[in-house]
Amino acid sequence: MAKKADEGFTPTGKVYKSTTLPKPTTKNHKDLGIKDEQLPEIYRNMYLQRRFEERAAQMYQKGKFGGFLHLYIGQEAVSASTVHVLNDDDDIISAYRVHGLALARGTSPNACMAELFGKVTGCSKGKGGSMHFFDVEKHFWGGHAIVGAHIPLGAGLAMANKYQGNGRIAICFFGDGAVDQGSLNETFNMAQLWKLPVIFVVENNGYSMGTAVERHSAGQLHKRGEAYGMKNGVANGMDFFSMVDTLSDIAKEVRETNEPYFLEVKTYRYRGHSMSDPGNYRTKEELEEFRSFDPIERLKTYMFENKLVSEEEIKSIEDEINKEVLDAIDFAEESEFPPASDLYEHVYVQEDFPFHT
Amino acid sequence: MSVKQFRDAIREAMVEEMRRDESIIIMGEEVAEYDGAYKVTQGMLEEFGLRRVIDTPISELGFSGIGAGAAMNGLRPIIEFMTFNFAVVGIDQILNNAAKIRYMSGGQVKFPMVFRGPNASAGQLGATHSVAYESLYAHIPGLKVMYPSEPYDAKGMLKTAIRDDDPVIFLESEQMYAMKQEVPDEEYLIPFGVGKIKREGDDVTIVAHGKMYHIAQQAAKELAKDGIEAEVIDPRCMKPFDFKMVIESIKKTNRCVIVDESHPFAGMAAEIGFVIQRDAFDYLDAPVQRVTIPDVPAPFAKNLFDLWLPGPKQVIDAVKAVTYKN
Ligand SMILES: Cc1ncc(C[n+]2csc(CCOP(=O)(O)OP(=O)(O)O)c2C)c(N)n1
Ligand SMILES: [Mg+2]
Repeated sequence: MAKKADEGFTPTGKVYKSTTLPKPTTKNHKDLGIKDEQLPEIYRNMYLQRRFEERAAQMYQKGKFGGFLHLYIGQEAVSASTVHVLNDDDDIISAYRVHGLALARGTSPNACMAELFGKVTGCSKGKGGSMHFFDVEKHFWGGHAIVGAHIPLGAGLAMANKYQGNGRIAICFFGDGAVDQGSLNETFNMAQLWKLPVIFVVENNGYSMGTAVERHSAGQLHKRGEAYGMKNGVANGMDFFSMVDTLSDIAKEVRETNEPYFLEVKTYRYRGHSMSDPGNYRTKEELEEFRSFDPIERLKTYMFENKLVSEEEIKSIEDEINKEVLDAIDFAEESEFPPASDLYEHVYVQEDFPFHT
Repeated sequence: MSVKQFRDAIREAMVEEMRRDESIIIMGEEVAEYDGAYKVTQGMLEEFGLRRVIDTPISELGFSGIGAGAAMNGLRPIIEFMTFNFAVVGIDQILNNAAKIRYMSGGQVKFPMVFRGPNASAGQLGATHSVAYESLYAHIPGLKVMYPSEPYDAKGMLKTAIRDDDPVIFLESEQMYAMKQEVPDEEYLIPFGVGKIKREGDDVTIVAHGKMYHIAQQAAKELAKDGIEAEVIDPRCMKPFDFKMVIESIKKTNRCVIVDESHPFAGMAAEIGFVIQRDAFDYLDAPVQRVTIPDVPAPFAKNLFDLWLPGPKQVIDAVKAVTYKN
């Protein structure tokens, strides 16, 4: 006889170690084809993401702009490795926790900060805000806020690339929460059936809002595509070199075979889900443990230990970035809001659409 | 009587009904262990346990449909959407399954369930997170649609919705959750399709629901300073709709402004306006006016957003237009 649901349906209990990191790669930067002089630039990229968001949070708390603010802090090695591995014209699309990826891809801090402030100089002209950074010239396709809704779009970017035979691949990022959406399953089936050159990446940061992965998703995330025959793997998202190691093999393979790949990146967000989330669902110990794997500190330590940069060089990078971010705040504050007429701009391509009143 | 927040009124309605009836369950994202994204379900897990207060994955299609299936088979689910902007992911389950299977089965099946959560805009949350869905749901036969604007109404209406044997769309607002009002301690129910005159006046009828009701009241206060006394009707229920109350009021005021947070094209205001011209044509001294958001998605920028969302000023202007006072 089937049992009565006395214990309820959803698994419960505070989950310590919501995500477990795979062992980092043993390869060094040279093994991965990274030149000595590239390392400070990679550090600069990650540090920019971090400082930008720390300052953005301060500005938000000061009431300089409204809306939601979801910080990527802790996950910067994922974005930095992606732009390092992929070609500049490969297509990137992601969810709403998106500042880091845009900055990593090269969208200027000015345009990013101005978008947060809702200014016309923002990367989406002030129309999108924090969740909707776009920079299509840089093949950066946003910034999407309905969980799971952009997963098919990622496959669509890849379909167009394959159709046009342009050699580009697409990479589509989403959170562990998005894995539970029907859109993922439909897209995975078609991407495999149609052999679309797309890398799906779930950034498993342990939580979907306040719900630990084990409480919202059955089975292992990266195996979600196995029934469709989709190749898959797991990577350590707290370590830049591990990410490069895994992602370069995958990118090569996807480009050559025109087949999709599903990568589960184990990572962690240090801040709350959004600015209003106190994060009571996780333990201090867990947070502290993951802080000890900080991807930015880790790269810095690596460079120091291998005598690849001096303290002064790092200091001057950090000073430059700090200034760049402060300048971006000035730029955002001084920029104009969009003109009132922009309310009716960008709804249609058609210029004289007869809006209804 | 005690003063309660909107969110408390809603929680009390659910808690009281769940104590009464074991077949009622609630499910949705973050409703249990997180105590609700907007703390509406706070403490409910503790009282009713994991069996009845159920956290779901971000699978709106799945849990809307699972809720509908459970409703077919003896449960009375309350489905909480974190906001109705996310319900669209599962809307087939609502518009086709919950709304139509009773009809297609010749009445063999019923869906005693409530889909509830915040609707429409809540500040600068961008285009996808700011949509007012009441007219879309009201369009579909098989659904009933409630949209209270005050704690008192919310509690009495939600209890009615939960006890009803048909699927009910129950719309709330993040920006109304903290609003306070006196709510009776003893039980009361507010039926479907009954509006409420919340301010009496002879000069113009303002029909306004949800968050826009509060805008209408602000406008009415301002208008009174200019000697214009507005009658403010909160229809409370979108479907069925209390057309009778609106028509009776217009027979007295001969003028009407409808305030609606939907887009203008085929929104609630369009339907209300049509019925007024059909049933009260001879009583009108001016064309009916409406105040809505424009025919464009929600912009992020603060200045554009403020232009986009109607405020008291637009309502005052519309009233001045129908009273020929400008
Ligand atoms: C369809 C839909 N349902 C619910 C939400 C509300 N919501 C926004 S983010 C989020 C959690 C997503 O978590 P995850 O996918 O793990 O991404 P992370 O925030 O960890 O980056 C939820 C429930 C939404 N935006 N869209
Ligand atoms: Mg997550």
